[in-house]
Amino acid sequence: MSDSAPSTMRPTRTEAFEQRLKQRYASERRFKMLGFSAIAFSVLVLALLLGNMLYSGVAGFQRDELRVSIDFTQAGLAGNADTLSQSDAVQELERQGLPQVIEFAATEQLGAAGAAEVSNQAWREVAQDIIADPGLLQSQEDFWLPTSGDLAQGVDGEGSPEMQALAQRLVAEGKLETNFDIGFLTRSDATDPQMVGIWGALKGSILTMLVTLALAFPIGVLAALYLEEYAPKNRWTDILEVSINNLAAVPSIIFGLLGLAVFLTIFPNMRSAPLIGGMTLALMTMPVIVISGRNAIKAVPPSIRDGALAVGASPVQVVFHHVLPLALPGILTGTIIGMARALGETAPLLMIGMRAFVASPPDGFTSPATVLPVQIFLWSDEIDTGFIERTSAAIIVLLLFLLLMNGLAIYLRNKFEKSW
Amino acid sequence: MSPAFLILLALGLGLVGWLAGRARAWTFLRANRETPIAARPNYHAWYVALWIAVPLLLFAALWMALSPTLIMQSVLASPAAQALPEFGFQRDTILSEARAVATGGAQDVFNPAARDLVEPFRSAISFYNTIGIALALSMALVAGIWAYTRLKPDFRARTRVEKVVMAVLLLASLVAILTTFGILASLIFETIRFFGMVSPIDFLFGTSWNPDPMSNPEAPQGDRYGAIPLFWGTLFIGAIIAMIVAIPLGLMSAIYLTQYATPKWRRWLKPALEILAGVPTVVYGYFAALTVAPMIRDAAISIGISNASSESALAAGLVMGVMIIPFVSSMADDSIAAVPQAMRDGSLAMGATQSETIKRVLIPAALPGIVAGIMLAISRAIGETMIVVMAASTAANLTANPLEAMTTVTVQIVALLTGEGSFDHPATLSAFALGFVLFMVTLGLNFIALSVVKRFREAYE
Repeated sequence: MSDSAPSTMRPTRTEAFEQRLKQRYASERRFKMLGFSAIAFSVLVLALLLGNMLYSGVAGFQRDELRVSIDFTQAGLAGNADTLSQSDAVQELERQGLPQVIEFAATEQLGAAGAAEVSNQAWREVAQDIIADPGLLQSQEDFWLPTSGDLAQGVDGEGSPEMQALAQRLVAEGKLETNFDIGFLTRSDATDPQMVGIWGALKGSILTMLVTLALAFPIGVLAALYLEEYAPKNRWTDILEVSINNLAAVPSIIFGLLGLAVFLTIFPNMRSAPLIGGMTLALMTMPVIVISGRNAIKAVPPSIRDGALAVGASPVQVVFHHVLPLALPGILTGTIIGMARALGETAPLLMIGMRAFVASPPDGFTSPATVLPVQIFLWSDEIDTGFIERTSAAIIVLLLFLLLMNGLAIYLRNKFEKSW
Repeated sequence: MSPAFLILLALGLGLVGWLAGRARAWTFLRANRETPIAARPNYHAWYVALWIAVPLLLFAALWMALSPTLIMQSVLASPAAQALPEFGFQRDTILSEARAVATGGAQDVFNPAARDLVEPFRSAISFYNTIGIALALSMALVAGIWAYTRLKPDFRARTRVEKVVMAVLLLASLVAILTTFGILASLIFETIRFFGMVSPIDFLFGTSWNPDPMSNPEAPQGDRYGAIPLFWGTLFIGAIIAMIVAIPLGLMSAIYLTQYATPKWRRWLKPALEILAGVPTVVYGYFAALTVAPMIRDAAISIGISNASSESALAAGLVMGVMIIPFVSSMADDSIAAVPQAMRDGSLAMGATQSETIKRVLIPAALPGIVAGIMLAISRAIGETMIVVMAASTAANLTANPLEAMTTVTVQIVALLTGEGSFDHPATLSAFALGFVLFMVTLGLNFIALSVVKRFREAYE
């Protein structure tokens, strides 16, 4: 029976059908591969970017240093804990001839060619050490002093042949080492890549972010509460909503133009101050907080509001005693994401003049400062090749901060995620 | 009198009022346990605190704005000020130097003429500080006592406090409108000043961009302000090259993530894409300028293009495209997810393969959302600053060769405003005109995109 069946039934799968099916499956596989390669490409670029920064950034946390042993007992520098705690202690040490003392010791131990390659700002580090511990003046100490950029190139096997030879000689004698540079995290901007640090920019970023948070968070949350809970449905509210949604999509540089035209006209003496930077970034961050805040508030079920109203709470009490505490984790998540965006923002701060060379960390909200991304931008413009590694190192610090913030946001989201 | 001092004063006195108001309300409660008071003690406390702190803060703001003028007037009236030069820069410098010394901002004067003015400044400042503090204190006292005496067992403090809360909420939401207004006002004001010097026709249709901040501002050269090359550069980098990268990659990523990837893979790949969106643009710019641009130049030279520049539109566009990928992908993700499951199931039930379903059913149905996402992506790309500032050049170039240097609107805004030019020069003002064009174009794109999304969302409800 089974033998005769095919002759009475038409075959469901003709040759042509099989062929077509094969082609369709092949195209299915191709499509899937295409999708996979698209995402693989994105991840690859990300890996390339991060790998690139890590690779050159690791060298940015190191610097080449020359060992110089200084015998302060012979140097004739005067100073004690009292005089060295004055604000002009560094100048005082310079006046007493600290740079010359160091130069003399370096020439004796490294030779004239080697001493010439000790960074000419190196005495400042020694001065800081002396100020931190005046007891040094009664002893002989070994100091690791930064080299010049030329010698640093020589260590890497670049630059002029003389420098390479000198570097090889000093390394062989154990007087030149590449050390981890903890000072990179505690110093500020300088003209010499061997002497720069990130602390000034980091402090500027922190101060700016504090201003941004102090302004954007309360305004954003209150505006979100108003729009979501109380605003009547009318034309006026529509205008409010449209303007908030549009602000969230306005290019950041436009906010810089606003800061330049408005804030710097009101406070002309505060160019490149964290206060102005923070105010500008707050206007940019506020819409982001409003939008995420509204979503968080919307997610609070109406039954909670009804319950509170039913036991006699006023509308203001309903919101501030019940809705806001429940929505707060969601609002915080959105806020952190908005702040992370503000932390990485550069263009508006360039507009309001935060691109100045600031060699000391800002000591307040109104003193001149720079921020991490702007510092990265400024270093990337430097001609000295030593800055390339330093820029990557600064990028690593910035990315670590962003990772930390985003990690916190994800942690908050997971911890407080609720389904009602 | 520093602003911080006045704010702390307001908060401190407010706290005192808060405690006093609460204590008073508790005495009502204790005095008559049977009839409850009309509001909780905390509301009485807030009522008094608000009456003290709010007027004080308003006064502080007013005083901050007013007192410098008053101080300046009294200094100028002093005999030492009669020796000042009549007008201008020198006079301002001497005055600000003397003020800096008087307020402790500087150790000593640079200009000997300022020395005589330090004393008048000191006395004027201390005089007006005393007046300011006396006014502030008496105002706080009067307002506080008035509010305190109004507290009664049947006084409805809560409704009063809540009225203030509502006003604060409304004020907070007004900040958005004020910001929009501020942006428009500052851009339009400066743009009009620019168009007073250079005709809008020259600006919008000229093909040569070469502003000279050092030229004589009295004789603006309109033929130097033709912005067409900038508009073209912006479009070419942001809307063409970047989109050639971002649209296919973003779309295919979204399709793979939503339709093919197993949950385990998705858990890894989606955050990776999100990291791509979270990297600051200055980092992308650095990557583009330092890694991608030399790579492209070397590749171009190796295939025989000898004049390849190290600042190419291609490098900036490629990296910008990568930056936009997660943006396109998440928009596409959302709109594909919004297509009803029944449409997908129907297609699969007919025997279509998964890719045929995606290509013929899902994408056409999700198209409005995808298009809106692409428009938002373009608006973001043309407003992007740091990548192009670092990887493109400042040379305006009207060409279709992606290997050549090109400049964009945002690059020029940065270049013109970070120079040393004065605010009365057309070269500086032209940055605001460029900003205005950028603002209007991105606003238009966003507006269209949002309304497309809105209409599209309703289609399946």
